[in-house]
Amino acid sequence: MSSSVPTAPLASPADPSQVEEPPIAAPTSGLHETLHFALRNKKLVFGLSMTSALLLFAIVGPFIAQHGPLAYTGKLSLAPTTKGGFWFGTTLLGQDVFSQFVTGLRLAFIVGVLGGGIAAIIGMVIGFTAGYRSGIVDEGLNMLTNVVLVIPTFALLLVIAAYLQVRGIMMEAVFIGITSWPWAARALRAQTFSLVSRDFVDMARLSGRSSRQIIFQEIAPNMSSYLFMMFILLFGGAILIAATLDFIGLGPSNTISLGMMMQLSVQNAALQLHLWWWFLPPGLAIMALVGSLYVMNVGLDEVFNPKLREL
Amino acid sequence: MGRYFLRKLVIYAVTFVVAVTIDWAIPHLMPGNPVLTLVGRIQIQDPRVAQALYHHYMRAFNLDLPIWKQYWYFWVSLFHGDLGTSILQFPTPVMTIIVHALPYTLALLVPAIVLSWYAGNKFGALAARRPVLDNSLLPFGYTLTATPYMWLGILLVWVLAVTWHLFPVGFAYDPTAQRAFTWPFISSLAYHWFLPFLSLFLVSFGGWAIGMRNMIIYELESDYAHYLEALGAPQRLIRRYAFRNAMLPQITGLALALGAIIGGALVTEIVFSYPGLGYQIYRAITNEDYFVIQGIFLFIIIGVLIANFIVDIVYLIVDPRTRIGMEGGR
Repeated sequence: MSSSVPTAPLASPADPSQVEEPPIAAPTSGLHETLHFALRNKKLVFGLSMTSALLLFAIVGPFIAQHGPLAYTGKLSLAPTTKGGFWFGTTLLGQDVFSQFVTGLRLAFIVGVLGGGIAAIIGMVIGFTAGYRSGIVDEGLNMLTNVVLVIPTFALLLVIAAYLQVRGIMMEAVFIGITSWPWAARALRAQTFSLVSRDFVDMARLSGRSSRQIIFQEIAPNMSSYLFMMFILLFGGAILIAATLDFIGLGPSNTISLGMMMQLSVQNAALQLHLWWWFLPPGLAIMALVGSLYVMNVGLDEVFNPKLREL
Repeated sequence: MGRYFLRKLVIYAVTFVVAVTIDWAIPHLMPGNPVLTLVGRIQIQDPRVAQALYHHYMRAFNLDLPIWKQYWYFWVSLFHGDLGTSILQFPTPVMTIIVHALPYTLALLVPAIVLSWYAGNKFGALAARRPVLDNSLLPFGYTLTATPYMWLGILLVWVLAVTWHLFPVGFAYDPTAQRAFTWPFISSLAYHWFLPFLSLFLVSFGGWAIGMRNMIIYELESDYAHYLEALGAPQRLIRRYAFRNAMLPQITGLALALGAIIGGALVTEIVFSYPGLGYQIYRAITNEDYFVIQGIFLFIIIGVLIANFIVDIVYLIVDPRTRIGMEGGR
């Protein structure tokens, strides 16, 4: 059956679904060991510090910006300068690029956490249920997963967003969340499947625990590292999807995002006019954020999976 | 084998029905009336004329029928290849717009997908467990996969086209060129095609290279690889075995990645003003030309389903276990 084949989505460079057997969680004394390896792992430290730095920037930035992100200041196509707070210059229309940039960065985090979080929750519910229960429930959920997996969800998002007159950042995150869970559900189903037949699960079942208790207290903790990595990948993926949607002109209608900054710069011929301060920062920020998330993910993989540790 | 295909076909059929139903339902669920937009666009002063025109269009688009009949007619016209009429480019049928745009999108997508997959797998396999190569490929690959498609396009246009004048800024061919099957025109096409292709190729390449690298490392750590090593098999042989096994998830991954790559192609076309489906959808969205958006969505669905089916067949050929498993053997 094709569904038993582990699959690797493009968005998961260090695809954890390739691990055939999820490692059983280490006893509590393992926490110290994990921390020891985590702090020595350069990839993890790099990814984590980069993400934290960007997060800090996204939180603090809007407070130190001296102009509103959409306000017209009357200064046109200003190159980056220290005068008047235009640290990243202005757009062709006289808006402060720095203010737009930090607002967009903040939205990227919101979309990533919300969209990735929703996708992770749906993926967990469906993956755990399908893996734990066999028979008709599994068949049905599997069918659902396969159908959503085959539908080009990006195109679907296009149609839905195009028909919405007023679009908000929350709505965008929710839509991204409910369309990007299938690969996670599929990978979790396979993982759950391999855990269900283990002795400790049988033991729990014999002791009369309910299915929900077994899933959340016995099975899920044994893949906590895996779940965390899955969330990171969904987080990064959601940011990229949102940027693409925004660039097509389907972004939130009452604010500005990094994707919209790029759209507006292309639309206003910023490339031909060499207004590089307008179109370079937004893409660079997305690249840095998503890239550091991916690198962090590889680092985590190496920390949790002893086979991958570089000796 | 028959059961395998039957199962796949059922999934694809369900997917198609679901997609078409969603495509039909969205405009009915959303607030706003596209016919009002259409009538509003024509800007008629006399309200009676506007009223008459409104009813005419309601009838023309079957919007005055009961809802189940509308759904049924949607399917009927779909199978007649009728996807409605463009509002922006009235009265051009949506089908005509799509048929004209499709070759450009395919010319970008197919080579970009195939070549990036091939090159990515080769490079990824080469880099795995080879520290010198790995240390340069890994950061490079992660940077590329994390890059938004349109931003790489923007960067390429700005550096190579606007600043250095090495390539054209956009469009599919030189507007002064004669559209004919001649060398100057074909070279103009190729010249304009290269940058959008490169930008798509590079982003996908990073993902495939990293995926393959990780997969090979897992394979090299597996029991059969260690066993071969213990037997004293040459590294090349072990790597070849690992490559073949690592290939399978990459093939499945290809089917999964299609949606993302298509999204990437759409925005790349917008950056380069390349007249494919992405450019058309952008125009349609900025002008609220809904039938075009819906029509292109259906075309993308059909394309993805066909591509998935091809991947399935390839998988069947490449992995003997699928064949045997499907025939009920052990």
